[in-house]
Amino acid sequence: MTDLTSLSLAEARDGIRARAFSAVELTQAHLRSMEAARALNAFITETPQHALAMAREADGRVAEGNLGALEGLPLGIKDLFCTRGVLTTAASHILHGFKPPYESTVTANLWRAGAVMLGKLNLDEFAMGSSNETSYYGPVLSPWRRRGSNVDLVPGGSSGGSAAAVAAELCLGATGTDTGGSIRQPAAVAGICGIKPTYGRVSRWGIVAFASSLDQAGPMARTVKDCAILLKAMAGHDPKDSTCANIGVPDYEKALTRDVRGLRVGIPREYRIDGTPVEIDALWARGAQWLRDAGAEIIEVSLPHTQYALAAYYIVAPAEASSNLARYDGVRFGLREAGSDITDMYEKTRAAGFGREVQRRILIGTYVLSAGYYDAYYLKAQRVRSLIKRDFEQAFEKVDVLLTPTAPGPAFGIGEKSDDPISMYLNDVFTVTVNLAGLPGMSVPAGLSAEGLPLGLQVIGRPFDEETVLRTCSFLEEAAAFKAKPEAWWRAVA
Amino acid sequence: MSAGEGRNGAVIEGTTGPWEIVIGIEVHAQVSSRAKLFSGAATAFGAEPNSQVSLVDAAMPGMLPVINEYCVEQAVRTGLGLKAQINRVSVFDRKNYFYPDLPAGYQISQYKSPIVGEGEILIDMPGGETIRVGIERLHLEQDAGKSLHDQHPSLSYVDLNRAGVALMEIVSRPDMRSAEEAAAYVRKLRAILRYLGTCDGNMEQGSMRADVNVSVRRPGAPYGTRCEIKNVNSLRFIQQAVEYEARRQVDVIEAGGTIRQETRLFDSRKGETRSMRSKEEAHDYRYFPDPDLLPLELDLAFIETIRASLPELPDAKRARFMRDFGLSAYDAGVMVSEKETADYFEAVSKGRDAKAAANWIMGDLFAHLNKAGLEISASPVSADNLGRMLDLIADGTISGRIAKDVFVIMVETGGDPARIVDERGLRQVTDSSAIEAAVDAVIAENAAKVEELKTKPTMLGWFVGQVMKKTGGKANPQAVNEVLKAKLAHVLGG
Repeated sequence: MTDLTSLSLAEARDGIRARAFSAVELTQAHLRSMEAARALNAFITETPQHALAMAREADGRVAEGNLGALEGLPLGIKDLFCTRGVLTTAASHILHGFKPPYESTVTANLWRAGAVMLGKLNLDEFAMGSSNETSYYGPVLSPWRRRGSNVDLVPGGSSGGSAAAVAAELCLGATGTDTGGSIRQPAAVAGICGIKPTYGRVSRWGIVAFASSLDQAGPMARTVKDCAILLKAMAGHDPKDSTCANIGVPDYEKALTRDVRGLRVGIPREYRIDGTPVEIDALWARGAQWLRDAGAEIIEVSLPHTQYALAAYYIVAPAEASSNLARYDGVRFGLREAGSDITDMYEKTRAAGFGREVQRRILIGTYVLSAGYYDAYYLKAQRVRSLIKRDFEQAFEKVDVLLTPTAPGPAFGIGEKSDDPISMYLNDVFTVTVNLAGLPGMSVPAGLSAEGLPLGLQVIGRPFDEETVLRTCSFLEEAAAFKAKPEAWWRAVA
Repeated sequence: MSAGEGRNGAVIEGTTGPWEIVIGIEVHAQVSSRAKLFSGAATAFGAEPNSQVSLVDAAMPGMLPVINEYCVEQAVRTGLGLKAQINRVSVFDRKNYFYPDLPAGYQISQYKSPIVGEGEILIDMPGGETIRVGIERLHLEQDAGKSLHDQHPSLSYVDLNRAGVALMEIVSRPDMRSAEEAAAYVRKLRAILRYLGTCDGNMEQGSMRADVNVSVRRPGAPYGTRCEIKNVNSLRFIQQAVEYEARRQVDVIEAGGTIRQETRLFDSRKGETRSMRSKEEAHDYRYFPDPDLLPLELDLAFIETIRASLPELPDAKRARFMRDFGLSAYDAGVMVSEKETADYFEAVSKGRDAKAAANWIMGDLFAHLNKAGLEISASPVSADNLGRMLDLIADGTISGRIAKDVFVIMVETGGDPARIVDERGLRQVTDSSAIEAAVDAVIAENAAKVEELKTKPTMLGWFVGQVMKKTGGKANPQAVNEVLKAKLAHVLGG
């Protein structure tokens, strides 16, 4: 039998259906690889008992011939999704010991489809970061290393645990969340696929909130097809989330025709930013060339307000976060540090519970919403947001999708940018616009840097047109023929 | 009718001249709804602490609000009842502050775009003047929970049963000019809410509370600095608080001081207001639109359906009572002041002498209810029975005088008037021989008075009284009059 962990999710699904192996066997294989990969620190909580119990139930359904879309497929869950009875931390000390009495809509959908939970994946604290270095539970190490180097690299963030676990074949796929690029940037950096669906495509109910108007959950997996399968299971209307659209979910797998003939692909000129590494620009040009060669029309478009996006994002997201995180006050759940009175208890609890980056964003957010600053910051940022949205609407009058790089560079070393928040925030430069406009965006691995590290391309689509995004990505995936895998150095460490 | 501006209200005579009181009121009215504004939890009064709390109310991580359509309907109904502008688009905002009984760290309210805009309330003062009080706005918001400070020597407990309960905040213009007008405004507002069924108006249980803004100024001068007296929970207290506060402000100013804008508490035991916090200590609530909720959009049909189902409101009812029943403006005003009174009056007066019905209700019935401290809904004399008693008067079975006794017995026993009359032998004597015998006896016993009658025909009334006394009040006064006139014709000179 081949190594079950190196199968794609689609292949594993077919294997289970053909009864080539059982869900328990598949799960055990992944649990073994997880155990051997603890050096990566990808999981905050492993749930092997849970996983095996779910796998046994899946095998029962297989025996009955009553298979769900994800029957018996082991997944990792970003630890931002509330899972009933299982420690849920958001990688923050403030949620110390928190075991939710409820299950998020997304994970409930996955379990209903027969999927198996391997554990809860590490992330930046409250999903605030682009390197997975802000986790209370320690940084995640990228499975990738520069050619000939043993320097530890970041897996991207905030869904760094998800990216690392998928890339290192610790799970068939994982859930991520994306507020400013937290699915796409780590996917690019880790050489896997990840899609942030249209805002409102996937329910936010039961996902620890970072910035409510930007947060959106999506799948991360090793192939475009795997993402399509997972997205179908995750998505759908949820009356418990007022911002979740009541729109039918198409069969995304059927969209993966790789046919881009006549497709109009926009290249936004403002995304050519000074200081972007040459190899990123080259990759971008190569992607456009592949599309042109396959019969797509490449059209240069303008998104004139792009230069304000990052600034607007770092006002809107912290503003919402400062309010969303007010509930972590030590009163009802999670950490409580005793104080002499209620204010003292609040201050001690939040000082001890939140890490530096989270505190920084709460401060920024509180500041930009304050009387006297609201108009200059928050309101102006919202206006920029409207303009950015309009930029995209106008572009989509001329093109069907946009092609851009996903991130401004490959993975960097642990600690390299930790002391420079601005340089860290620049990682999101190509991705935040998509969140501000609420659009679907997907990253697909498209090549390696000179040092042998993965680089990704991003495809952006119209609202609720994930199908065209997936179709374009299915083509790029084939054209790029990205087959590189990280060397499993971590097994030796274990 | 007069609006606030340019009208002469009550005046406080200070040592330096007259002062005018200016009052504006914010009423928090709990929406009559079985479920909360953004969750399905119950709202019953007096339940076990924390027994009516959903995951949303407790602000657990990842929980999202979903608007309760019934509460929206109630707000629109109220707006229509206040003859107010209904805003087709309104927005829910977050009002951020830390307090243990506010689990999310923010209250969901409506700040810039309320659901209801400008409206008005007309109040009728005992002097016959009708005053128009402008309504600035009505918005929907969540109530907070309750902190219990008396359960533990050093800790406070929190009861979240009220957390998330729907409130309508109804803000008046500063159009009131006396404590009486302030109380009359709240009484009228409460009556309208009760007619509409959108709030039970129960101030003791806290389902209706008033924040009273008071300032003083020289007549005709610009508004003075106001103080807000928080959470006044009875009509009597509103009146007392205004009187105390206005006097206090006049004294401060006349002593050479200035009024600081501040929030004050009314101490009902001492009958005084006390400073709670100054404007400088006021919170910066950092309002911003709640990203978890879409703007609330109402379609015209929704509003018109509610408009079509509005009941007859106090002003319209009062006009009808005056027009159809010939009641005076004052009597009609009293009859419509509470929906229960109006219903009672209509039941009693149906097919009967409406003026007599109103007189009995305002006279004997109210006197009794006031003494017993009862609401009309708990009256021992049912509308049905009072009506039947009026029938007995009308058909001559009893006299008005006897009716008063019958009424007292009805109050005591709750019994049927016809039966009381029968059982106690109170039937009016119309038998002419019995009356004649009594008349003869009175004439015989009072020869001197008969002589007096020759020069003073108005003495006849005295004879009627004597005959009535002799018959135990049961004689028909009309018949007594006639018999007396006939028998004394020789004296009266025809």
